[in-house]
Amino acid sequence: MLVLSTKDVTKTFGGLIAVNKFDFDLPEGRIYSVIGPNGAGKTTFFNCITGFYDSFEGKIEFLGQILNGKSPDQITRMGISRTYQNIRLFSNMTAIENILVGHHPHFKTHWYEALFQTKRLLKEEAEALEEAVGLLNFVGLKGLGDQLATNLPYGAQRRLEIARALANRPKLLLLDEPTAGMNPNETVEMIEFIQSLRDELGITILLIEHDMKVVMSISENIGVMDFGTKIAEGTPKEIQRNPQVIEAYLGRGAVEG
Amino acid sequence: MTENNFTLKDLLKSGLLAGLIALSLAVIGFLALLSERELIAGIISSGHVFLFAPTIAFSYLLAGRVPENNKLKVLGSGLLIGILAAIPLILLALLENLFDIRQYLVNVSPDLIELILFNQGIIAGSLILVLGMGLVGLLAAGLKTLPDKVRGPIISALGWTLLIGTFSEILSGRLRSFFGPQFVKIIFKSKALHPLVAGVLLLLFAGLEIFQRRRKERNDLKKPFENLNPRIKNGFWMVLLLFTPLILGTYLTEVVNNVGLYVLMGLGLTIVVGFAGLLDLGYVAFFAIGAYTMGILTTQGHLGFVAMSFWTALPIAVVASTFAGILLGIPVLRMRGDYLAIVTLGFGEIIRILALSDMLKSYIGGAQGILQIPKPSIAGFDLIKPEFLFYVILVGVIIALFVSWRLRDSRLGRQWMAMREDEDVAEAMGINLVSTKLLAFATGAAFSGLAGAIFASKLTSIFPHSFSLIVSINVLCLIIVGGIGSLPGVIVGAFILVGLPELLREFAEYRMLMYGALLIVMMLAIPEGFLPSAVIKREMHAHELQESNIPE
Repeated sequence: MLVLSTKDVTKTFGGLIAVNKFDFDLPEGRIYSVIGPNGAGKTTFFNCITGFYDSFEGKIEFLGQILNGKSPDQITRMGISRTYQNIRLFSNMTAIENILVGHHPHFKTHWYEALFQTKRLLKEEAEALEEAVGLLNFVGLKGLGDQLATNLPYGAQRRLEIARALANRPKLLLLDEPTAGMNPNETVEMIEFIQSLRDELGITILLIEHDMKVVMSISENIGVMDFGTKIAEGTPKEIQRNPQVIEAYLGRGAVEG
Repeated sequence: MTENNFTLKDLLKSGLLAGLIALSLAVIGFLALLSERELIAGIISSGHVFLFAPTIAFSYLLAGRVPENNKLKVLGSGLLIGILAAIPLILLALLENLFDIRQYLVNVSPDLIELILFNQGIIAGSLILVLGMGLVGLLAAGLKTLPDKVRGPIISALGWTLLIGTFSEILSGRLRSFFGPQFVKIIFKSKALHPLVAGVLLLLFAGLEIFQRRRKERNDLKKPFENLNPRIKNGFWMVLLLFTPLILGTYLTEVVNNVGLYVLMGLGLTIVVGFAGLLDLGYVAFFAIGAYTMGILTTQGHLGFVAMSFWTALPIAVVASTFAGILLGIPVLRMRGDYLAIVTLGFGEIIRILALSDMLKSYIGGAQGILQIPKPSIAGFDLIKPEFLFYVILVGVIIALFVSWRLRDSRLGRQWMAMREDEDVAEAMGINLVSTKLLAFATGAAFSGLAGAIFASKLTSIFPHSFSLIVSINVLCLIIVGGIGSLPGVIVGAFILVGLPELLREFAEYRMLMYGALLIVMMLAIPEGFLPSAVIKREMHAHELQESNIPE
C-alpha cells in the first residue's frame, strides 16, 4: 500500500521554481531518502507535504486522501509528523512538556473540562503523561523529563524532537537532516535509532540527508533532487553508479574524468 | 576599569551624577512636593529622602567595588561623592539667590530652596548641605564595609521605619478609628511619626532582624505557625479577607477596589500576552465594552430603555466583551508581534472614538457619557458603600484567578505556551491556531469586560475619556512589573502601580515618571518581574543554568 504519493508537485517563489514536477511513491514500511545539493528544494518539498504553504501545484496523496489545501494541523492529525533541519523545540518548555504538546491531537476532552477537572480529563492527562514518559525512555532520555529543552545537549535535542514527533503516533515521519551537526558516534547511534523506529513501531520514514554514509546505509530507496527536479531514483547501489547524480554532486568534470 | 576597583574618574562621575539626579528631581518640582510629606515630625520629610537618595545609592554601589581591607578609601570616596553631589544643588540655590530663575524654571520655589538649604541662609545652608551630603555619603559607604551581621539590621530598621513614616497619615487615620485619638497622639505628630516613636521603631526593627538572623544561624528555619493545620491557616486568611473592608476603612477599601479592577484586567491580559504571547495594546476596548454594556442596560437616565438590574446585566456585559474579543481576534489571526500590537492599538482607539462620536450619541451619550447607572443591590438593599463593592470585586477576582490557574495548567495552557514559543511548530504539532488564539482573546476579553461592568456600576457614570490608551498601558505595565505570565505577580504589580500612587497622592502628578523610572530600573535589575512565573524565570536565567547538572 502506498503511504505517500505525489504527482507533478511544483512550488514557485516568484520566478524561482523551487520544486519542479516532483513525482514519487512511498510504499508502507520503507525508509526513503531525498538527497540533493544545498538549495535543491528538498525542504520546500517537505513543507509542501506538511501544508506549510497555502498553495502549490500538483497533487499529494496520503493513504488515499488528498492533502492539497489542508492546514498543517489537519495534516498532522491525519498522521504525518516531522522534525526540522535546525532543531525547533519549544525551548523554554521542559522535555516532557514538549512531548505532551506533540501528543495534542490525541486529546479527546474539551478545553473547558480543565475548569472542573473532570475525571475523564484527569485520566486522559495521566495516560498522556505515561505515554510521554515512555517515549522519553524510548529515545534514550530517561530522567531528563524536567530539563528545559534548551538546556539539553545537541544530540539529546535531536532525539527529543523525534520523541515529540512520535507522540502524534504518526504513520509517516518526515526527518529533515536528522544527523546534521553530529559526530560519527552520534551519527551511528542515530542510524540505528531511525531503523528501530521502522522495525519496532512500523513507521514509514521519509528523510532528507546530506551525509552520504547515512543515506547509503539506511535507505531502501533514494530520490535525488537538483534544481527542484528529480533527476534519479533507485536503490542506494543504483544511485551510486548514476552518472547524473555524480555530476550534480561533484560537477561535470568528475564524470568525464 | 576593573570589576573590584575604580579610578578617580569613576569617583567624580558618580558624585556629579548623584548631584545631577538630585538636581533634576529638584527642578521638576518633585522634591518640593515631597517635602510636604513629613516622615518623622520636624526631622525628615520624604523630600529629604529623595534629596539624599542618589548620594546614598552611588556611594553604596561604589563602595562595593573597593577591596575590603581598604576602609579609608571607602569612607573617603563616600565623603567625596557626597560633597560633589552637593555642588549642583548649591549652584542652583546660588543662581536663585542672584537671579530670578523662577521665570525659567517654575519649580524652583522658595519651598525648594528652603529644603535644599535647610531653612538657613545661602552660606550657612550650603555648608550644612555639603557637610550633610558628605556625611550621608560617608555613612552609606561605611555601611558597606560593615559585616553583614551589623549591616542587615541597620538597613532593615531604616527601611521599615521610613516605610511606616511614609504611610503615617493613613496609618494614623486607621489607628484613630480603632484606638481613639489619644492613642494616635502618642505615636504621630501632625501626620508624621513622633521622633521618639521613630527611635523606638528603629530599635524594634533592628532587634527583630537580629532575632531572625540568630534563629537562622541556629538552623531553626521553621517558620512560625508552620505546625498549624493548613485548613486553619486557610480559614484564617479567608476570615481576614472577609473582614478586610472593616480593617481598612472606606478610603483604603476604595483604593483596594481600584486595585482589584486592575487585577481583573491584568489577569485577562496575562492570558493574552503572558500565556499566549499575543501583544495586545488595545486591551482597554474590552473594558470599555463591558462598562458601556452595563451602562446602557442598567441606566435609569434618559439613555436607558430596559433598566435591568446589575446582576442581570453583568453576564450580558461579560458575554458582549467576550464576543468583541473573538471579533477582534478573527482579523488579526495571521498577525504576529509588532503588527498585532499596532492593529490592537488601533482597535482600542476605534472603540474610544466610537464612544465619543456624535453618530452613536443618541445611544451611548457621546462625550456626555452615560449617567445614573445604579449600584448593585441584593434583595432590595443597595450596595452603595465601597465596602460592599469590595466583595463583588473579590468574588470576580477569585473566579478569574481560578479560571486562569486551571487553564494555565491544562492542555490549553500548553497550547498557548507552545504558540508563544513557536507558532509554526505549534501548528505542525496539530494545534489549531485559530481556536487557540481566539480562546486566549475571548478569555482575556471576558475578564476585562467583567472589570468594566463593575467599574461602570462603581462610578455610576461613565465617560469615553475613562477608556483611553493609558489604561491599556497601565495594565501592560503592571503585568510586566509583577512578572509576565505570573498570576500572583498580577496582584503584586497592581498594588505597586495602582495602589501605591493612590496612597501617595503627591506622586500622582509624577505617576508616568515613576512608571518610566521603575520600568527602566526593573528591566536592568530584575527583568523577570517581582514575582516571576516559573517559565519566564527559567527563560531569563537559562544561560546561567546551561550545561550545569545535565548528565550526558
